[in-house]
Amino acid sequence: MTVTATVDKPRIQPEPDESSTGQSTPVWLLLIGVVAIWVSIWAFTRGQQTLALEGLGRTGLHDWFTDLRDDLIAGRDSNVFMQLTGAVADFFNKVVEWLQALISVPALPRPVPEIGWLGVWALAIWVTMAISTWRIAVLVASSFLAFGLLGYWSDSMDTLIITFFSVGLALLIGMPLAVLIGTNKTANTIVTPVLDVLQTMPTFIYLLPLVLFFGIGPPTAVASTVLYALPPVIRIAGHGIRSVSSTTIEATDSIGQTRWQRLTKVQLPMAKKTIIVGVNQTTMAALSMVIIAAFVNGPGLGKPILRALTVRAVGTAFVAGLCIVIMAVMLDRLTTAASERAESVSRGGGGNPQIRRLILAGTAVLTLAMVYLSRFYPWAAEFPETSIGADLATKVQAFADWLTGNLDGLTTAVKNQVTSLLLNPVQDLLANSPWWLSALGILAFATVLGGLRALATTALCVAGIYFTDLWNDAMITLTMTLVATVLVMVLAVILGVWMARSRTADWVLRPILDAGQTLPPFVYLIPALALFEPTRFTAIVAAIIYAAPAAIKLVADGVKSVSPTTVEAATAAGSSTWQIITKVQLPMAKSSLVLAANQGLLYVLSMTVIGGLVGAGALGYDVVLGFSQGEYYGKGLAAGAAIVLLGIMFDRITARAASKAKTSR
Amino acid sequence: MTKLNAEQGSPAALSVKSLWKVFGPKGDKIIGTPSADLPRSELLAKTGCVAAVRDVSFEVTPGEVFVVMGLSGSGKSTLVRCLTRLIEPTAGTVTIDGNDITNASDAKLRELRRNYVSMVFQHFGLLPHRQVLDNVAYGLEIRGVGKAERRAKATEIIELVGLKGNERSYPDQLSGGMQQRVGLARALAGDPSLLLFDEPFSALDPLIRRDMQNEVIRLQGDLQKTMVFITHDLQEALKLGDRILIMRDGEIVQIGTGAEIVANPADDYVRDFVSEVPRAHVLTLRYVMRDPRPDDSSEGPVMSPDTVVRQAARAALESDHVVRVVEDGKLVGIVDDDAILRIVVAEEHHSASVPA
Repeated sequence: MTVTATVDKPRIQPEPDESSTGQSTPVWLLLIGVVAIWVSIWAFTRGQQTLALEGLGRTGLHDWFTDLRDDLIAGRDSNVFMQLTGAVADFFNKVVEWLQALISVPALPRPVPEIGWLGVWALAIWVTMAISTWRIAVLVASSFLAFGLLGYWSDSMDTLIITFFSVGLALLIGMPLAVLIGTNKTANTIVTPVLDVLQTMPTFIYLLPLVLFFGIGPPTAVASTVLYALPPVIRIAGHGIRSVSSTTIEATDSIGQTRWQRLTKVQLPMAKKTIIVGVNQTTMAALSMVIIAAFVNGPGLGKPILRALTVRAVGTAFVAGLCIVIMAVMLDRLTTAASERAESVSRGGGGNPQIRRLILAGTAVLTLAMVYLSRFYPWAAEFPETSIGADLATKVQAFADWLTGNLDGLTTAVKNQVTSLLLNPVQDLLANSPWWLSALGILAFATVLGGLRALATTALCVAGIYFTDLWNDAMITLTMTLVATVLVMVLAVILGVWMARSRTADWVLRPILDAGQTLPPFVYLIPALALFEPTRFTAIVAAIIYAAPAAIKLVADGVKSVSPTTVEAATAAGSSTWQIITKVQLPMAKSSLVLAANQGLLYVLSMTVIGGLVGAGALGYDVVLGFSQGEYYGKGLAAGAAIVLLGIMFDRITARAASKAKTSR
Repeated sequence: MTKLNAEQGSPAALSVKSLWKVFGPKGDKIIGTPSADLPRSELLAKTGCVAAVRDVSFEVTPGEVFVVMGLSGSGKSTLVRCLTRLIEPTAGTVTIDGNDITNASDAKLRELRRNYVSMVFQHFGLLPHRQVLDNVAYGLEIRGVGKAERRAKATEIIELVGLKGNERSYPDQLSGGMQQRVGLARALAGDPSLLLFDEPFSALDPLIRRDMQNEVIRLQGDLQKTMVFITHDLQEALKLGDRILIMRDGEIVQIGTGAEIVANPADDYVRDFVSEVPRAHVLTLRYVMRDPRPDDSSEGPVMSPDTVVRQAARAALESDHVVRVVEDGKLVGIVDDDAILRIVVAEEHHSASVPA
């Protein structure tokens, strides 16, 4: 017995080793295998059955969509659903018009709004002081002045109107839902997947279908913003309510509280901080959507940017973009500071409440005086015109011209390198293969990376894309997304590891990344366009700038969360820094890397679509075309559907891969 | 195995009859079938259910400190939660002060929780956004007591548990021991007749734990509440409990006074548990005395059968005569030096003599 046991032992031991390496190595080997087979078939079939459709081409399906829209619009008065959305649209329109007349556009027959800039300015400062701190009030005061000085007072007010109105509606709808999913498990399992899908969709996608029901203009802007801004507050506030300590709930239940008391006295107060994070996220999402809603003639700062981008006026776009950046920073700080103040007040801080009340009462009088002045004196009603904005635009334009002139060699070299080494070969393989070959290749990739469950979803998405009649465009967009994501991941691993290993790097980079994440994606097109001519590559650059912050932070946090004991043990064993990074930190942060790839892909996808505006072509162009020309509406809608399918496919494959990476550890 | 110790006539403060809690799908279908008697792992494999509390019955008399003891996973925390239906029992009845808990409507249950029963939790469960004062007053607040009145009452209770001066602090500014005093004050604020403690001191340092145990003994002396105290610590059980219920795998193994359990462990499980206990500190003369014989000296010291051996030791050993154990004026037994020494010196000797 003892003899066989000792003989058996060495025989058994290698097996788990074999199987464990047998599970980890083949992933990349299999991928190479897939590519090899793909390339060898492609060599014989290249250019056949690519289902390419020229830029202005349409198919029956697309026209059918367009006809559907025409029918729906024609039947606006008889279709109950259309009547309903029409009524909602009217309501949105009325509210927005009323608010605009109040602060942003002439309230006829007056030549100016009901409240002029001085009144609005004073009101904004006063409200900020009431809900947060004087420091934020200074920020708000200077931000509002900047909007005026840069020459975008009215557009900025419009943006704020739509943003706040939409955030209000989103909270009104979202908070009850958050309470529901925070307190009810069944509701949570039903709502969460819906939120998942909503959040994987690029901002752009909401617009085309909504135009159908709400028409061009403010109503669609509001409806799409509400829809886009809804998931963060539901998800984050719901999470906050759900994660209230169960011991505290049990303890307070044991005293005999009612459900309502539990909600209002325990769950909501304890989740307050998280709920305000949700409000912050919702506000930032709303702002980025309001800007993009310029495509459907939504009022606000998006309009001048859109106009400027279409004629490649980088200078003008920059100034309007600057207003957006200022507004984003202002809204972000305002919501965060409001939560901090709420926290400190509830803990007995925040200064003497009596003195505070006195100050607020005193400044209220001052504010009302300014509102009065702004109603009757032209200098206080209309923001004085300055040449600051125009001057800045000219200077930026000159700088951009100088940049493109002088850096032309460098930027062109970079562009050409990436284009010829990465972009063209991948696109050649994906888009010039027969459609069935690309489809099989994608399915093989999905299976290797995400397993059979990813295969099922991917198969559905691939089939869906085939039926949109935009296969070739989808493959080109897929190429751009993949290339941009690879570059984002390279950046994320380098900077993420650096941040995780160096406190100084983290201290310097993190605030920049945080700020980068709060900006609406639209803004990133401007510097990309300044550096590169409108091409596929420009869209990719914008996508990289947009997606990098989230991915870098995920990698940094993942590497940082690797147990210090393990790193210490590896150091004690005599590993070099390079060995620690490649053999300990990165492998142990594998699931964070995959998650970063997931976020990177989705961010990049939404940007390559917006990039339709700066020469991205393919699906993005189709969508832009759908906005601008009525007869291409159906094609735009189909392109939107293809983008959604791409998004779901990316999300499912990487999410499955991430959970595989987690369990394999 | 189940033993009802309630004195006949006086109504029980808490009465539990055939209580079951089965977690898992269709748990209620298992009770009464042969599956119910399966060991835990087999039941789980066969039905996917876990029987956390199995057929538990006991009664607690008013003013008694009743300790439920068991290792983690023995079902003791589930049991105490079933008493006020923080966890819904699967079967059986719970009666508190004559009120049927198990069939009470939601409103009635709230009423009972507000006025009759309070609970103290292992991890405190305080509201971090409220000051100590408003944490303690919470129970009164949800009953609709006015602000001034409930704060006055809370201030009083805070002083009672020794937290005077900390009314305006927030829970996270207090040490663990002080936080648990807040938990205790919150439980006391509603002036309940029954207090439930779920391992309240397990998360505290040993020294602070001892302080808190003494605090409970002091409060019990002042307030005479009925208490059900959950613990996994036998020393704590013996120190606090008038009677102790030992649980294993959801079932009652033994119910009795500390001395009864140490003297007559019901099985090897309990015997193993009590093997480390310093017996002289727990056993009373009742468990070491022998029957009187006609030739016994009648000049020795007289003691009650409830005297703990350690307290009796000095007097007994100093006297040349045997100790006479007298209950209600009647001689019930004799304790000689050998009997004392056997306990005090030979702690490892397990089979103490049993009263006939």
